[in-house]
Amino acid sequence: MLAMDYRGPYRVRLTEKPMPELLHPRDAIVRVTRSCICGSDLHLYHGLVPDTRVGMTFGHEFCGIVEQLGPEVENLKVGDHVLVPFNIACGQCHFCQQGLYGNCHESNAQATAVGGIYGYSHTAGGYDGGQAEYVRVPYADFGPTLIPDWMDPDDAVLLTDVVPTGYQAAEMGGIQKGDTVVIFGAGPIGLMAARCAWLFGAGRVIMFDLLDYRLEFARTYCPAEVYNFKEVDDVVVFMKKTTDGLGADVAIDCVGGDAKGNFLHTLFGTKLKLEAGSAIPLHWAINSVKKGGIVSIVGVYGPTGNMVPVGNVVNKGLTIRANQASVKRLLPRLIEHVRLGNIDPKGMITHRVPLEDVADAYHIFAAKLDGCIKPVLVPNGA
Amino acid sequence: MNLPVKSEGRNLLDTSGIIGWGVDADPRNDPTYPIRDRANDPGLTKNWVRPPVQQPAVEILQSIEHIRQPAVVGTSTPPSGLSGMMRRLAFRWSESNWIHWLLLLGADRVNVVEGVVDDLAHARIPNIPAEMGIRSELAFNKTGFAKKVAVAGLLSALVAGVLIARRAPAAERPSSGD
Repeated sequence: MLAMDYRGPYRVRLTEKPMPELLHPRDAIVRVTRSCICGSDLHLYHGLVPDTRVGMTFGHEFCGIVEQLGPEVENLKVGDHVLVPFNIACGQCHFCQQGLYGNCHESNAQATAVGGIYGYSHTAGGYDGGQAEYVRVPYADFGPTLIPDWMDPDDAVLLTDVVPTGYQAAEMGGIQKGDTVVIFGAGPIGLMAARCAWLFGAGRVIMFDLLDYRLEFARTYCPAEVYNFKEVDDVVVFMKKTTDGLGADVAIDCVGGDAKGNFLHTLFGTKLKLEAGSAIPLHWAINSVKKGGIVSIVGVYGPTGNMVPVGNVVNKGLTIRANQASVKRLLPRLIEHVRLGNIDPKGMITHRVPLEDVADAYHIFAAKLDGCIKPVLVPNGA
Repeated sequence: MNLPVKSEGRNLLDTSGIIGWGVDADPRNDPTYPIRDRANDPGLTKNWVRPPVQQPAVEILQSIEHIRQPAVVGTSTPPSGLSGMMRRLAFRWSESNWIHWLLLLGADRVNVVEGVVDDLAHARIPNIPAEMGIRSELAFNKTGFAKKVAVAGLLSALVAGVLIARRAPAAERPSSGD
C-alpha cells in the first residue's frame, strides 16, 4: 500500500509499505477515504517532537471503510464507514472510565503522560497513522464511530480531531454567558474554538494571529474580532485596554510550540529545541487574562521544559486547564451540532490534495501558501 | 531494586475526631469538574479489567514510569542502528528527566542521516527537493524561492571566497624542499 513516509524535518514522501496487519483481537484494518494534515502534524514535520522516527507514517485525523476485523470486535462490520478519533483508547482503564480518553493508560508504552495517538511519534505510542491507503486501528470496538448517512465525509473527518479539540478548548475555558474570550492562533483549532465559544455564550470573541489571510477567514467563519499581533505594540497591554483594564475572562492557547512573535523563544524553543517549543501564546494567555480567570491550553508543546511565567499564574489566581481532546466523549453532542448547522466543519477545508502529493500538501500548509487553512488528503482509490 | 511498597499500617492522621471533616469535599466546587468525573472515578487502582495483552514481534521501548506493558502497543518503526542505541539509552531515564528527551531529539537527528544512508544502500537517491515540496514552492511562492536561492548563492560565494583567500597565501609560500 502507499503511505506517507517521514524522512526528517521538512521532508516527507509517499512510499510503498507493507499492508498493516491485525495484531490484537480488538484491532481493525481500515481503508482510508479521507485524512487531514493537522497543525499538530507540523510540530512533527518541523522536528519538534522527540522520538519521531524516520520511516513513520503520520496522520491522526482520518475516516475510512472497515476492511478487516479482529475476533473481539462485535459492534462493527466489514464495509462500515467510520470516523476514527485520534485518541487510541481502551475504554476500560482508570482514565477512560472518567472520560479521559486522551489519557488512556493501555495504549502508549513509551510515555505515561499521554495516551496513544495515530501517527504522532513514539512519544504518543509509535502507531502508524492514516495518511496512507490503509491503517491499523487498535481498540476498534471502542473508538471508531459510524458516520451517519446524512453526514458529508468531509465533515466526518474533521470530527476526529479539529472540531472536538476546538470544542474542548472552549469547554475547558469554563465560558460563562457574556464572557470575553481571547484566542491565540487562527488556525483550524482556533477557528473552531472561536465558533464554539459562541455556543457556550461568549459575549465577545477576540483572536490574534500573524497571518492576515487567516484573520480574514476568522472574521467571517467564526465570526471573531481579529487582530494581527504584528500590528499591535504589545498584545497584553492591548488586551487590558480593550477590556476596561481588567483582561479577558478566558484565554485559549490554540498555537503550541511553533509560535512566532519572540526571538528568544524561537531561538531556544524551535531552533535549538532546548524548550518544548516557543511558549509565546502561553505567556500572552497568562498575562492577558484577568485575575481569577481561566487559561485553556490545547496547543501542542513538546515534553521538555518551558519558560512559562508560572509566578503570574500564582499571583493572579488563575486556573489552567489543558488536555488532548477526549474525542469519544464529545462526539454525540458534536454530531448533533453539525446536524443542526451550528458547526460547519468542512467550511474550513481549503485544499483537497491527492495522497500522492503529500509532500506538496505539507509544504503548502507549513509555509502557509495559497491561502491554506485546512488540507485534506484523498487516497487515489477512495 | 528498591521499589516502594504501600504501607498497610494505620493512617498517620486519625481524621475521625476532626469536626466537619469532609464537609468541603463537594464535587460541585471542584474547579476541574467536569474534566474529572468523580462519579466514574474508582479511585487510585490498577485493578480495572484489562484488554488482552498484545505480544509485540518487534522491540518496544517502554517508559520506566510504567509498571507493566500497556495492553496495546504501536509497532511502527522499531529502534535500529546508532539512533536505536541512543533511544535505548534514553529510556533509562523517566519522562520527567530532561536527558531522556534530549537523547531522543539527538537520536532523531542521527536517524535522519541513517535514513539517507539506508536509501543509498537500497540504490535509491532521495529526491530531497521533491520531499520538501519544491513543486508547491515554485507554484505559490516564486518570489520567496528566488530570495532563498539568492541568499544561498550569496552565502556559498562568500564561503568559497573566504576559502580561496585562505589558500592563496599558502600556495604562494616557497616549498620547504627547495
